Amino acid sequence: MPHRFPLPARLARALAASAALTGLLATAACGARAGEETVAAESCLDTSGDTVKVGALNSLSGTMAISETTVRDAIRLAVDELNAAGGVQGKQIEIVAEDGASEPTVFAEKAEKLIREDCVAAVFGGWTSASRKAMLPVFEDNDSLLYYPVQYEGLEASENIFYTGATTNQQIIPALDYLAETGAESLYLVGSDYVFPRTANAIINAYAEAHGIEVLGEDYVTLGSTEFSTIVNQVKSAGADAVFNTLNGDSNVAFFREYANVGLTAADMPVMSVSIAEEEVGGIGVENIEGQLAAWNYYQTLDSPANSAFVEAFKAAYGADRVTSDPMEAAYTSVHLWAATVEKAGSFAVADVQAAADGVSFDGPEGTVVIDGDNHHVTKTARIGEISADGLLYTVWESPAPIEPDPFLEGYDWAADLSVTE
Amino acid sequence: MSTRLPGSERTPMTRFLDTRLGTWTGFAAAALVLFGLAPLVLSGFRLGLLAQFLCYAIVAVGIGLAWGRGGMLTLGQGVFFGMGAYLMAMHLKMADARFEGGPGAVPDFMELAGIRELPAYWAPFASPVFTVAAILVLPTAFAVLLGLAVFKRRVKGAYFAILSQALAGAFAILLIGQQSLGGFNGLSRFRYFFGFTLADPANQRMLYFIAAAVLLAVVAVSLQLRRSRYGELLVAVRDAEERVRFLGYDAANVKVVAYAAAALFAAVAGAVFVPIVGIISPASIGIVPSIMFLLGVAIGGRASLVGPVVGALVVAWAQTALSEQFPSAWTYAQGLLFILVIALLPGGLASAAALTKRFRTKPTPVEAAA
Repeated sequence: MPHRFPLPARLARALAASAALTGLLATAACGARAGEETVAAESCLDTSGDTVKVGALNSLSGTMAISETTVRDAIRLAVDELNAAGGVQGKQIEIVAEDGASEPTVFAEKAEKLIREDCVAAVFGGWTSASRKAMLPVFEDNDSLLYYPVQYEGLEASENIFYTGATTNQQIIPALDYLAETGAESLYLVGSDYVFPRTANAIINAYAEAHGIEVLGEDYVTLGSTEFSTIVNQVKSAGADAVFNTLNGDSNVAFFREYANVGLTAADMPVMSVSIAEEEVGGIGVENIEGQLAAWNYYQTLDSPANSAFVEAFKAAYGADRVTSDPMEAAYTSVHLWAATVEKAGSFAVADVQAAADGVSFDGPEGTVVIDGDNHHVTKTARIGEISADGLLYTVWESPAPIEPDPFLEGYDWAADLSVTE
Repeated sequence: MSTRLPGSERTPMTRFLDTRLGTWTGFAAAALVLFGLAPLVLSGFRLGLLAQFLCYAIVAVGIGLAWGRGGMLTLGQGVFFGMGAYLMAMHLKMADARFEGGPGAVPDFMELAGIRELPAYWAPFASPVFTVAAILVLPTAFAVLLGLAVFKRRVKGAYFAILSQALAGAFAILLIGQQSLGGFNGLSRFRYFFGFTLADPANQRMLYFIAAAVLLAVVAVSLQLRRSRYGELLVAVRDAEERVRFLGYDAANVKVVAYAAAALFAAVAGAVFVPIVGIISPASIGIVPSIMFLLGVAIGGRASLVGPVVGALVVAWAQTALSEQFPSAWTYAQGLLFILVIALLPGGLASAAALTKRFRTKPTPVEAAA
């Protein structure tokens, strides 16, 4: 017969004592209770010196590093330009760099460090929705400012975030308009399994229903997945007029290789992508993706003096082989928008910047962008680009004027069921 | 017992700590540092970071017990950490929704995901009592069932390690697919913690004290387990499982207790982690974080009581400090640190004291045999 189990005699006492200790401490809490007015941490921003700090928070390690380091370069370029032109409010701008490490918790930690330890006036950065969602409470609780430069799924508006990338009505809806105009009557949706593709596809389904477009299939893969033979064969046999692609990251490489592999081309079934820019085309291999479509607000090939100057300055700073992409442009523009708002407000203080933001504009590489003071988004011109043999994207269609941001899609009747009351 | 793992060598220091007076002195010193010194010298932000690191240390104590004492290479503690964290996060989201939208309100992220009806499994988490009970019972029960299934079949060594790691990977993938648990983004934006406003610095400080108290409690429990007859039995199973079985003990039961205790510690750590950090997502509980938990324990010295705590704190602190100093090159520095410690101190930082002793005196035959 097995021995009796030797349970430690003093264990119960240790457990009881530790439970009592923890309970005692918990009840001794003396902070504000729910519903009471809280005293937010005072900003430690010091503008008495010759320099003012701003934070740059991008992933320099991990899976997102390949995309986010380019954004860091663009932020640095913009700050260098400001400093060369005499600074902001006569003060030189100093970047405090932090690595978000492609981890939402690290983004939250570093954001808090930048605000509370480095006393920055504003933070530029973030890429994935997960990183933004992780940082949002930090910026709200500490009443500080984040400039977020990437197109995203909308349905959000925080007093403490300026969204300088496109919201859905500046990217996805114009892309659908373009497909509808060019005669697409059926769509196949392929996306990574996270909030942006799911929200985008909810919008696409609502749009399709209202506009008589048939959605023949909707497939999601885990982020980073590279197994596409089943999905691409389903796409092929469904025979849709076009594919709407919301895949992110490495999955695009596998998807487009498989797509070309089974003999599908842009001519018979074009793919509209919302996450493929100049940087990604090289990785996918231009021979696999030539002729396919993308929806953004900026391409390196835009023909304007502001863009020529931007591309030239960027190549001069970081090398002639570098390309400029939409999120980089949006980050570059966000720094200048912040500077313009500070100049207008005559102050670096968060409340003053928030109050002065409405109507602040900047003539950026993508054209003139104007901040909407109500939802903290900016006006953007929608552009459909075609990927050409040289690996760059060329505009094939653009909205006649910059589109007002509408993150909750309040101006679209068919989207009534989608939008959430604030 | 003649076989001692590196890190559990006897030094005058450890001998003193093993006495009753030494134990109390050790706990008093730790309490003084955690409750007195740290809040005095650290800013609110740094104290919050330390609170986060203390949560990792709580997980590490459990790994020290299961791996260091029990020989079970638990490469999947992220599962239990994640269970505790998600259970707590569900309660916080429910409480926020109830407080702001009244009964029947749906947590904000669900509205974004297009979920208008509260899933049935969410409803009980409106109750704080149910949540705390669930955090204490569910992960532990899961560990007991899993442990029984695995250890009764005498799965051990690398097979157990692979199994536990696969479990962590599968758990993260499962969560990414659950839109009603926030999917890839996870759960974030908590406002209240059992009725207290999380944005208030005084409450953030209180969360630090809770984490510190839980750590001390967990260390105390672990110490009692180690000093008991059960603790001796656990080490015996680690070193010679067949012999223990031959003596009439069921080795599987012995292992299950340590494994379940480690799971409970990890779950409690996860539950405390959530209000401190303000977000839990699959990225914090999958394979990579699970390995990071283990790495801290290996660096600190898995067989000693304090080694895992010190290791977890050092690894987390080094990661933060290095990445602040060298934002674009810190991963290399961190890798170098791991290589150096594992190459020079195979028993972890806890064996450093024994190492100096080895240089001073000739090893006794027993130690040489070890």
